[in-house]
Amino acid sequence: MELVIAGLFIAVAILVMYDNWRIGARWASDGPQAGYFPFYIGLIMFIASTTTFVLNLLARSDASSNFVDRSQLTQVLQVFMPTVVFVVLIGVLGIYVAAAIFITFFMSWLGKYPIYKIAPIAVLIPLFLFLMFEIWFLVPLPKGPLETALGY
Amino acid sequence: MEALSSLIHGFGVLADPMNILYMFIGIFLGVLIGVLPGLGGANGVAILLPLTFSMSPVSAIIMLSSIYWGALFGGAITSILFNIPGEPWSVATTFDGYPLAQKGRAGEALATAFTGSFFGAFVATLLLTFLAPLIARFALQFGPAEFFAVYLLTFCSFVGMGKESPFKVIAAMMLGFALAAVGLDTVTGQLRMTFGTTELLRGFDFLVAVIGLFGVGEILLTMEEGLAFKGKTAKINLRVVIETWKELPKYWLTAIRGSIVGCWMGITPGGATPASFMSYGLAKRFSKSGHKFGTGEIEGVLAPETAAHAAGTSALLPMLTLGIPGSPTAAVLLGGLLIWGLQPGPLLFVEQKDFVWGLIASIYLGNIAGLIVVLTTVPLFAAILRVPFSIIAPIILVICAVGAYTVHNALLDISVMLVFGVLGYIFKKLGYPLAPLVLALVLGDMAESSFRQAMLLSQGSMAIFWSNWLVGSIVTLALLMLFWPLISLALGKLRTKAPAVPQTE
Repeated sequence: MELVIAGLFIAVAILVMYDNWRIGARWASDGPQAGYFPFYIGLIMFIASTTTFVLNLLARSDASSNFVDRSQLTQVLQVFMPTVVFVVLIGVLGIYVAAAIFITFFMSWLGKYPIYKIAPIAVLIPLFLFLMFEIWFLVPLPKGPLETALGY
Repeated sequence: MEALSSLIHGFGVLADPMNILYMFIGIFLGVLIGVLPGLGGANGVAILLPLTFSMSPVSAIIMLSSIYWGALFGGAITSILFNIPGEPWSVATTFDGYPLAQKGRAGEALATAFTGSFFGAFVATLLLTFLAPLIARFALQFGPAEFFAVYLLTFCSFVGMGKESPFKVIAAMMLGFALAAVGLDTVTGQLRMTFGTTELLRGFDFLVAVIGLFGVGEILLTMEEGLAFKGKTAKINLRVVIETWKELPKYWLTAIRGSIVGCWMGITPGGATPASFMSYGLAKRFSKSGHKFGTGEIEGVLAPETAAHAAGTSALLPMLTLGIPGSPTAAVLLGGLLIWGLQPGPLLFVEQKDFVWGLIASIYLGNIAGLIVVLTTVPLFAAILRVPFSIIAPIILVICAVGAYTVHNALLDISVMLVFGVLGYIFKKLGYPLAPLVLALVLGDMAESSFRQAMLLSQGSMAIFWSNWLVGSIVTLALLMLFWPLISLALGKLRTKAPAVPQTE
């Protein structure tokens, strides 16, 4: 995993250097060009992450890439995957309905709570957010078909 | 005493009852944020920032900085009662705080932690009151080269003082700079690294990054540890507090040492976390009962808490006077100032006297208010912590999503937050520091423009960075910091070769 991340850093560094070289990273008649500063940023990043990469390659024998074990990974994914779905749902249903669904799902799937405990939390939290943002502080949040139907 | 009269003027600004109300709301929210995993000072303030857009800047900054004080106080509660540091800087507090709680002395430990925090913050605020105007006046003479030198020093000291691998620090920092450069170049108006998409035109907002890195990343990390909150109960009442206060003056030296370490680490961007560890280590070495540290010593709670709070407070000093934040949370506060159209830096002390002194005065009051709030509400917050993680986690994630959206009203930002969350999780696992990344993201544009202005002045010659004693000494100091890991390695080698030399540390 160390190697993968260091490799990704190198890739990003090359990308940064490439794109800034394209727009000009040299000295023009009126001063440094737009890509001047970021190009060197990319260069430093490239050198630093290459060093990390090589250091890890050399020390590979004792650090036997124990990044996460399987059970930990499952738990992390159990949180992460629903969150991804939640973010997708925000775009479709608006943040309030998506939040209600997300909290319901999370509590029933991971917490194994009965529905009468879930329902108040899943309804009250989005409702509270709605009151706080849309009405008290007048900050609009993404809304979906339900809110439109209710006239907001 | 010009500073004193300005300070009294500042208290006058505060006199508005609404401001006092905002302060208490801020402290309360801050403690809540400090207690909950996944919400910390930096992302907590970032999420609540949009809510303050409708307030006046003075009220807004009072509320936001109060949130910060609250978070600093709140971290201690979870460390002591649950052995779970609510904030990175309260890790060192768990070493002695939790054993004390196990012995049934949680009340004492908490009272010590809060009093220590208060003391540390107070010392740092005094420093801020008297030093800030001087630094600001001094910094008025700065040109672009001097500013770039100070930026350089800031970033190099991350390399020199961090305990992470210097190459990882540099890589994380450069990633921050690179992300900051995405979008429209402010000098030439050219597009950089947008790769033809319009969504990238806006660039990456560091508030979104902060919410993702610290918020979502932290939730993923907490989940991995398979959280089970099993806490000790604390009875904290006036009698326990007074008993503890009677005992504390014994440890005055530890408290003062902690404050000094904290102030130093806060001004140079070491931050609160290393400060708390350093202070704990020093107290352990110098205390008479040092060998008992880790088994539940009051001193072992006092030392890290004093330092953490002193560092957290003094991080505002470089932010206000130079526009360079000393910690990620200070960076978020700086972002807030920019949104309200206040450019932090030396001119702030000339042009926005009301604002600056109102803020400094609010730090005094905020910490007194914080002490009162935490001492009275510990049972309430301990009860919140008993709410299972499977209820807390989705609520926090929803709040993070709301926070990320409100920064620019952009749906894409929520996805960006998620990506940063994964990044934050991986970085924490592999020991890449997050603070330099965030600071580079905030300061990237400013550092770049001061660099380019300096280059324009000098016609592209690097000699401008050694053109006078001031800029020269800052740059030299910065380079010294940058190569500090190498230098200390060399010193260590020398020392082992000549073991006869007594170690003076």
